[in-house]
Order: sequence, then C-alpha cells, then structure tokens
Amino acid sequence: MNQNNKLSLFLLAALGLLVAPWIAQFFGSGWVRILDVALLYVLLALGLNIVVGFAGLLDLGYVAFYAVGAYLFALLASPQLLEAFPALAQSFPTGLHMPVWVVLPLGALLAAGFGVLLGAPTLKLRGDYLAIVTLGFGEIIRVFLNNLEQPINLTNGPRGISHIDPLTVLGHPLSQPLEIGGVTVPSVALYYYLFLAMVVLSVVVCHRLEHSRIGRAWMAIREDEIAAKAMGLNTRNLKLLAFGMGASFGGLSGVLFASFQGFISPESFTLTESIMIVAMVVLGGLGHLPGVVLGAVLLAALPEVLRYVAGDVQRWTDGRLDAAILRQLLVALAMIGIMLWRPRGLWPVPEHGRAAKEAA
Amino acid sequence: MNAPVLHVSGVSKRFGGLQALSEVSLTIKRGQVYGLIGPNGAGKTTFFNVITGLYTPDAGRFELAGKPYQPQQVHAVARAGIARTFQNIRLFPDMTALENVMVGRHVRTHSGLVGAVLRTKTFRDEEAAIARDAQALLDYVGIGAAAPVRARTLSYGDQRRLEIARALATEPQLLALDEPAAGMNATEKNVLRALIERIRGDGRSILLIEHDVKLVMGLCDRVSVLDYGKLIAEGTPADVQRNPLVVEAYLGKQAAAAVVELPA
Repeated sequence: MNQNNKLSLFLLAALGLLVAPWIAQFFGSGWVRILDVALLYVLLALGLNIVVGFAGLLDLGYVAFYAVGAYLFALLASPQLLEAFPALAQSFPTGLHMPVWVVLPLGALLAAGFGVLLGAPTLKLRGDYLAIVTLGFGEIIRVFLNNLEQPINLTNGPRGISHIDPLTVLGHPLSQPLEIGGVTVPSVALYYYLFLAMVVLSVVVCHRLEHSRIGRAWMAIREDEIAAKAMGLNTRNLKLLAFGMGASFGGLSGVLFASFQGFISPESFTLTESIMIVAMVVLGGLGHLPGVVLGAVLLAALPEVLRYVAGDVQRWTDGRLDAAILRQLLVALAMIGIMLWRPRGLWPVPEHGRAAKEAA
Repeated sequence: MNAPVLHVSGVSKRFGGLQALSEVSLTIKRGQVYGLIGPNGAGKTTFFNVITGLYTPDAGRFELAGKPYQPQQVHAVARAGIARTFQNIRLFPDMTALENVMVGRHVRTHSGLVGAVLRTKTFRDEEAAIARDAQALLDYVGIGAAAPVRARTLSYGDQRRLEIARALATEPQLLALDEPAAGMNATEKNVLRALIERIRGDGRSILLIEHDVKLVMGLCDRVSVLDYGKLIAEGTPADVQRNPLVVEAYLGKQAAAAVVELPA
C-alpha cells in the first residue's frame, strides 16, 4: 500500500468514526449509547492488553481497576462522601464537584497505584497461578465495595452510588445537548466524541509503548523471563510498571463510566466483566492493537445489539432465552470457535518479521 | 592487558546433602578464553549459575574487573558486566533477530515511559542508536541478513550466534558461554570457533564451559577442571591434558594407571 492510499484510508476511517453517532442516532439514541459503551470497553481492552498482551501476565481481576476509577469519581462528584462525613459537608456547602480534569488523572494514578499494589505479591507467579491470584484480587475489591457501608457508609454497599455529576467539558455538562450553529448535538453523541478522543489517545500511547525500549523489555519477559533477566532486565520493576500502566487505563475508563452512567454499584464490576475483557483481548489478537480494538468493539457492541433483536428469540422460546443468556451463549461459542480455528485471535500480530525461508 | 577480569575465591554451594561446589577459586585475565571442563555432574553448570546470580552461593568472594560484586540477582550481574548464553538456547522466539539484540542493549540505555510516550528527541536518538548497534552486532557475528527474521525460524547454528550477539549487546566484561558447541556439527563448530577467536581478538574475555575437549584444547588459553565440585587441575591446555588426576576423573583409576604406564 503506498503512502497516498494509506492517507486516504486513514481519512476515510476518521470520517467514518466522526459521523458514526449521527448514523446511529438515526435509529435511536439507544444505539449511540451502545457505541459509547463499546468505546469504554476498547479503553479497558487496550489497558489489559498492556498487561496480558505485551508483558504476558494473565490478569483475571482487571475489572478491579475499572471499579477503583469509577468509585473514585463517584465519591468525589456525588453527595455520597458528604453524607458519610458531615464535617466535610460544612467546608463544601454546595457539595463536592471535582472537575473531571482533576479526577481523570487522579483516577488513572490511583488505579496505577492499586495495579502496583496488587502486582507486587504476584511477581513470582506465572500462568495459571498468576491468573488465580489476580482473580482473587478482583473479587476482594468487589467484596469491599459491597461491604464498605459500615461502620462508615463509604460506598453505600450493594445499593450503589447515584447522583454522580456528568462530565463537564469547557463549562458544558455533557448530559445536556449542545447547540452549535443551529445543529443540536445530543448528549450521547457528546460522550461519544469524548470517549473517542480518549481511545485515540490511548491507541497512540499503546503504539508508542509497544515500539520502545520498555515495550521490547515487556515482550522479552513474555517470551522468556529467565533469558530476559540474564540480559540485565529488572523484571520485577518492569512487571510492576506493566501492571501499573495497564491499571491506569482501567481507572481512566472507570471515571468515564461513572460519569456517563450517573450511577454505579458493585454489580457492574463482577468477575464476568473481567472475563469479558480478557475475552476481548484474546478474541481480537493478544498484543496486537487493531485486533484488541476489534475484539472489544465486537464483544461489547454485539451483545447490546442482541438486546434489541433478542425479543423475537424470547417469544419463540416462551421467554426462556433472554438477551443476557443469549449473550453468554454467543460469547462462549465465539471463544470456542476462536480457539479452534484462529487460536491467535481474529486479527493477530502479523507474523512478526519474516520466516527464515523468505528472507534467504 | 593482563589485569584479572573475574576473580572468585572459595566458592561453595550445597544442595541438601550434595556438595555441588567446594572452595572453587579461579582467575580469568583480560583477553583470555578460559575453559572450564569436567565430567558430567562435576559442577560446571552450578558454578556458572552461581557466578551469574541464578543460584545464591553459600560462600565465596567475587570480583569483576577489580570491583567486588555480589551475585544475588541475575539482572544485577548482567549490569555489572557478565553476559551469558544458555546450554539449551533461550532466545525471545517470536521477536525478530534484531529485536533480540535490541533487548540486549536495554541495560546500557536509559529512556523510560515518558520519553517513549512523548517521542522526545532524546528517545528517538537513543532508539536509532539501539537499532544501529544491534544491526552492527548481527553483522559482527555474521547473521546481519537475518535481522528481520523471527528468532524461532533461524537455524540452530544461527540461533547460537544470535544468542552470542545478544549477550555482546550488554557490553560485558566477561562473556560466559554455556556449552555453545552442544549439538553442532563439525562445520558449525568451526564457524563458532572462528567467532570466539574473533571476539577474543577484539580484547574480550570469555569463560567457556564445554564438553567438546578438542574445541576446548584448541581454543582456550587456560583451563580448569572440576570434579565432584572440586577444582582438580588448572593450567594451560597441554598441562591439564597430562595431569593424572584429570585423566583419572575422565577415565577412572584403572584406565588412568594404564595411560600413565604407557611410554609417552
């Protein structure tokens, strides 16, 4: 493909992404919401890809970092924290309304901190053992969120936190439609553009990391940890860096999620979510950014689409097969199919470099 | 030229009831190829793993290029200046040959996350230098054309050479090769031998563990012989070959007696 073709393809893709919400809007704003959620999952999958795809550390508790980000924003931008600490309420009579530009980096940072914290005890573990421990960590966070309503009501337990502020960009809350030159941009489309910007930024960051000294070191650890050590790589620090870096993406999307939904509860952060994110990365293609994005979009959007078409199926089966069951069924089938026919994912890393025969 | 590169003394290592190494001492001088031989189970690989930090020794003093070092962490040893290869080749199989060597440059380069994300000038310059150095090393070991090839698809001999290039990329004081000729045919051994001689010619020091006695005797400047974890002989290849203790270790007491009785 020559330079010109590449450029036109790029422009076409950019245009497609920009008009996507308008096309979706045509069918109803529920479809734009689906796009929004899909973009959040892309962000999550990109983050997990750093840990699983680049550094080769299987993390089954990734949703914990999503939860950390979401709860951080929920606490800082809803009445919840002030109700729990009346003393605090006096210093903030109008309520805590942390601006998003403070909370986004804060969420990324806090999640990265948790990533390092949870990564540290697992440094000597590999493969299945690592997966089991990280799975446990994910559950611990969820159980904490479920139970931190006593003695101080911090998380409001299983009832969750509501009345979370919407994101405000340049003084405009994204929950309100925006008028630009007679055109009304609906709230869901505003969120879409914000999430899209975050995803593009993340893709750039991931791509640059992949082709850097640190990225190569992560891949070396994935390929052969002992050889990597013998080459002088401080595998402990590099693994912690991968955990932290991956988790920060989770925290970021958590913040976005909380403000987008306006309500969160521990139910959004179950093990099934973690497994879904891992499935996205594996389905798309471990370690390959376009593949990961594709996997995330497919697995995040398709089940939501199902919700709209599942009505018929439900009627045929007297309500025994609803959208949720259908979603699990299809995801399971997709995973089995991938493992059988495309074990390296739908869009895997193009055979990295050439085989010896071609080069000769 | 003749300053010691590696000086170890009194190295001991015990695995449960097995004394794998007892009081081993040796000195490798700059520009030497130093051979370490011994029958199977003599403790060669244990010694190797101890000086490279894979095993923690029970006792011993270690000095690298005049500076004491503690072989506690593998990566710290590589940073201090010992680079090793593995008896059963351990490359990064799905990375290209060039990337394999680029990983070797990691320990002598610095750019971190921020530089990588922002693509600063320092980062780009360093990245270009890493690629340039890596390509030069591939050329040096004679597989420059294989740079874009995945390591797993290289031939056995080329994989050995790639491993040596990767080790050289860490700018080691001492290059430690663990049975590099294992599994090679005669032609490949000759190529390897020429490569090791070239590396020595460029002023590097090499520790060679090898089964192939012919290769060791032809290549090494000095040789040590281990048996049951003890150093039983040390000297030039010719001295060591004549040493009755060495003959005994390899052939057994009776055979050794027979050899010694033969008129030389």
